Amino acid sequence: MSAIIKTIKSFILFELFKGMFLTFKYIFKAKVTINYPHEKGPLSPRFRGEHALRRYPNGEERCIACKLCEAVCPAQAITIEAEPREDGSRRTTRYDIDMIKCIYCGLCEESCPVDAIVEGPNFEFATETREELMYNKEKLLSNGDRWEQEIAQNLKLDSPYR
Amino acid sequence: MSNNFSLINDLIIPGLIIVSQIFSIIVPVFLSVAFLVYAERKVLALIQLRRGPNIVGPFGLFQSFADALKLLFKENIIPSGSNKLVFLIAPIITMVLSLIGWVVIPFAPGFVISDINVGIMYLFAVSSLSVYGVIMAGWASNSQYPFLGALRSAAQMVSYEVSIGFVIITVLLCVGSLNLTNIVEAQKTVWFAIPLLPMFIIFFICALAETNRLPFDLPEDEASLVAGFSTEYSSASFVLFFLAEYASMILMSAMTVILFLGGWLPPFDVAPFNYIPGIIWFFLKITFILFLFIWVRGTFPRYRYDQLMRLGWKVFLPLSLFWVVVTAGFLVIFDLFPN
Repeated sequence: MSAIIKTIKSFILFELFKGMFLTFKYIFKAKVTINYPHEKGPLSPRFRGEHALRRYPNGEERCIACKLCEAVCPAQAITIEAEPREDGSRRTTRYDIDMIKCIYCGLCEESCPVDAIVEGPNFEFATETREELMYNKEKLLSNGDRWEQEIAQNLKLDSPYR
Repeated sequence: MSNNFSLINDLIIPGLIIVSQIFSIIVPVFLSVAFLVYAERKVLALIQLRRGPNIVGPFGLFQSFADALKLLFKENIIPSGSNKLVFLIAPIITMVLSLIGWVVIPFAPGFVISDINVGIMYLFAVSSLSVYGVIMAGWASNSQYPFLGALRSAAQMVSYEVSIGFVIITVLLCVGSLNLTNIVEAQKTVWFAIPLLPMFIIFFICALAETNRLPFDLPEDEASLVAGFSTEYSSASFVLFFLAEYASMILMSAMTVILFLGGWLPPFDVAPFNYIPGIIWFFLKITFILFLFIWVRGTFPRYRYDQLMRLGWKVFLPLSLFWVVVTAGFLVIFDLFPN
């Protein structure tokens, strides 16, 4: 009996029409892709994107040139030179990150005692030349100024787990 | 030659009429190819829960034109080992063969360029010839993948043409004429898709195989043959192959509509339906068949080569032959032969 049903089914192309009905139903389902440059997907507060050097609210840079990030960096992408400033505080004179070497592991922001170097939520920093990816202190500080709001929000959201 | 031969009346005016007829077919066909490619990408995207082209123009409608421009501005590479003459002629032949079938297609009563009395034979011959373009392309490229693709294409087209021939014979038995206009008018009472439903389905599946569409696109099976017969082609010659594939898809849909879905006839010959002009019904039906083509592509995986041959020779051939006999017997018993 089941053989007869199977034969009839294969003659009226039952399975094929069933499959076509399924794909027809999918036409009316919600799309899973987003309209990328105009819409963006959600990011975790721990997302490790483009680096930034932060400042205190009074405008003083946070980095104290302890060089922990330079030491911990597994790709050796960070180069720091430091000198005492006129007011006697210890500050960097040079803070370079080679974004081509960087593997975005996040160890630098983990090691930083003053939350100065952080990896922000920005991932759209593709450039047309290699040279543009050699970030210096000025570039990193300007990143910090630009993304401070988002970075502070992310650090606050992540603080219960740190 | 008679002395009242005049250059203007006998040569230029008929020539201009012919050229304008050619353009009145070619331009709409090219435009519909462009939008068919767009529709295909969009429908496949919808089935796969994606968005499809939506950047170029409103809703991405001009995507195909952008792609065509991009391809035309690329370098036309002719492989050094190829037979250059055949290599360049092959896409032209494919393109021309996919366009000349349109001369016999009746869009509406009397709306046909050449109302020849063997229209369906002409269409059948033209669609069979298109395999030559593919074989020439595969052979002239002088490389493995195009060659394999061309061989597959030849075997596949020959296998499925036999069944298409029997399907057409069944329809002709019911019509009694090879003229496409007569075939459409014979469906005034009922479309042939209803009494000849199995034949309609066989014809549709054979049309898929004939135009090298999924699930029968073995000649250009990208998973195993790179791009099949068109692997070595680039730029304008590739555009010609691409246009030809889609133009012959539209031609096969038009053939399906004429043979089985009543051409320009409205579904019911009553008030709201027969107000709409026949040509619009014709285009709507073609659009429906083309949607089926794309829908099938979005649903089924590709056949294996031996399965394809088995389906053609062991399933469709006996089935269509059987149905020819059944239809003929039915017509004889009830004395329904058209005169």
